[in-house]
Amino acid sequence: MAITTERRLARQSKRPGRLPEKPRKSRQKSQYPMWFYIPAAVLFFTLFVVPTIASFYFSLTRWSLFDIEFIGFDNFAQFFREPMLIQGFVNTFIFGFITSGLKVVFGLLLAVLLSSQIMGRTFLRSVVFFPVLVSVVGVGITFRVLMDPFDGLINTALAGIGVDGPGWLTDPSYALLSVAFVEVWRGVGLATLIFIAGIVAIPDEYFEAATTDGASPFQNFWHITLPLVRPAMVTVVILSLIGGLRSFDLIWAMTRGGPGFTSDVIASVIFKQYQAGFYGLSSAGNVVLFVVVTAIIVPIFWFLNRKEADQ
Amino acid sequence: MKRRTRSILTGTLAIIASVIVFLVPFTFILMTASKTRQESAALQFSWPEQFALFENIVEVIQTRDFMLITAFINSTVLTVASVTLMVLFSAMVGWVLQRRQSRWNPAINLMVLAGLIIPPAVVPTIWVLQGLELFGTLPGLILIEVTFGLSFSVLMFRAFIAAIPRELDEAATIDGAGPIRLFFQVAFPLLRSVIVTVIVVQAVFVFNDFQNPLYFLPGDENATVQLTLYNFQSQFDTQWNLLFTNILLITIPPLVMYIFFQRQIVAGMTSGAVKG
Repeated sequence: MAITTERRLARQSKRPGRLPEKPRKSRQKSQYPMWFYIPAAVLFFTLFVVPTIASFYFSLTRWSLFDIEFIGFDNFAQFFREPMLIQGFVNTFIFGFITSGLKVVFGLLLAVLLSSQIMGRTFLRSVVFFPVLVSVVGVGITFRVLMDPFDGLINTALAGIGVDGPGWLTDPSYALLSVAFVEVWRGVGLATLIFIAGIVAIPDEYFEAATTDGASPFQNFWHITLPLVRPAMVTVVILSLIGGLRSFDLIWAMTRGGPGFTSDVIASVIFKQYQAGFYGLSSAGNVVLFVVVTAIIVPIFWFLNRKEADQ
Repeated sequence: MKRRTRSILTGTLAIIASVIVFLVPFTFILMTASKTRQESAALQFSWPEQFALFENIVEVIQTRDFMLITAFINSTVLTVASVTLMVLFSAMVGWVLQRRQSRWNPAINLMVLAGLIIPPAVVPTIWVLQGLELFGTLPGLILIEVTFGLSFSVLMFRAFIAAIPRELDEAATIDGAGPIRLFFQVAFPLLRSVIVTVIVVQAVFVFNDFQNPLYFLPGDENATVQLTLYNFQSQFDTQWNLLFTNILLITIPPLVMYIFFQRQIVAGMTSGAVKG
């Protein structure tokens, strides 16, 4: 789609005289030629647009290494019939919303702390941000050891204060939440930095005026910081939802969807079905993920753009 | 006065808490990587009794015919090639998209956002790559990384180009510069700071990418550094010291990037925070 557009436009710009609706474009050649789009458009079209559109077709087929057969909506029916696939579907929402929510809360708290005048501020910012840059698989393996039910540091420390810690990754009711917790640990640094950028952009005069009028630090936060940091908050929510809903690396490194399939999400289901050779079912998973992500992100995006247009 | 002491106290507590929460896991990696095999098996958070970091490094590098070295070469080629193409292609798109008002702009903007939001369809992408005979090859994976990184880079470039005055373009045009000279000799040097930002941020992303190499570049001889971790896992399951040495080694490149380009990374990742 994009590429034909480019071609047509390229042709148009070469013969501007023949376009009656744009007579004022008398320049022979634009300084900003449309063919600048072509390399990116070719890649984007072949490796992103085509597969995305193809996934809609393949999701309606039974497709293995050897043959491909059209079966209508059977894959989707199966997706919402088999408990392990439904679980992955539900878990995607849980994981996405929990990580996004906690990143907002902790990110904002850390940002307020790290934009105030405290010692070692620069060092602390680096410390909080660094996990963002570390290999996700490395983080996953590290926490798998730290969360070991018997010898892991977390349960050893809890035992020290007399608490009997659960099997964070082996207990079905905790596994997904434990992975979500690690995802928050890993990603909160980015949220913090975005919030800091938002807080720094608030003019100091507001706080000075409010403090002169006798506002407490909490009132400052509630009535000045929180409303004015909204653009940053929207960025954090959107980014962490996009990342959280399609999250795969960390879950795969920590639990591989286990125990059983209690911490599976759509992205890991897609991989498992792919590995098992059910390519049609795997594509159906992709379509489901596509719909889920779009249905959640687009309304938020639209809402944000409308707000911007209002101002 | 009382309130002041209390706020200092909460501040200090918060600092101590965040240092513990964020530094303990890294300390754990470092300590386990320095232990001998028997000691590391206890999984304890303790200072190594016998310092074996260098022996471990040598052993990890030699494992499976120097697989880690191959992986580092693969990852370096992948990162350098894909980031170079990404920067070039997305700067061109961002430049024309920002400068030229055509009726296709809304559609192109929509495509950029779609690329940012929509999760790529895995199996159909493999199908396309197989059709192009690029599946399971490093060039194929490079093109994949370029494609998936375009949207973010275009957004960065477009935002930055908006701040470059058009008068410069006009002056260059009057001096007789064509579109290519205008872009490469006038605009490109002005984009230097955003180019550095895009390079650094995308390089860290591509280097740390696990999912795409897993899908699109299977096979031991093709492993990238993230996959060495995955491939070594079963092998090292009882050798935690080596597994953590491996983690330590593949964390060094992003760490170095961060130390040298901290400002650009932060700028790149937080852009859009204020504007929304």
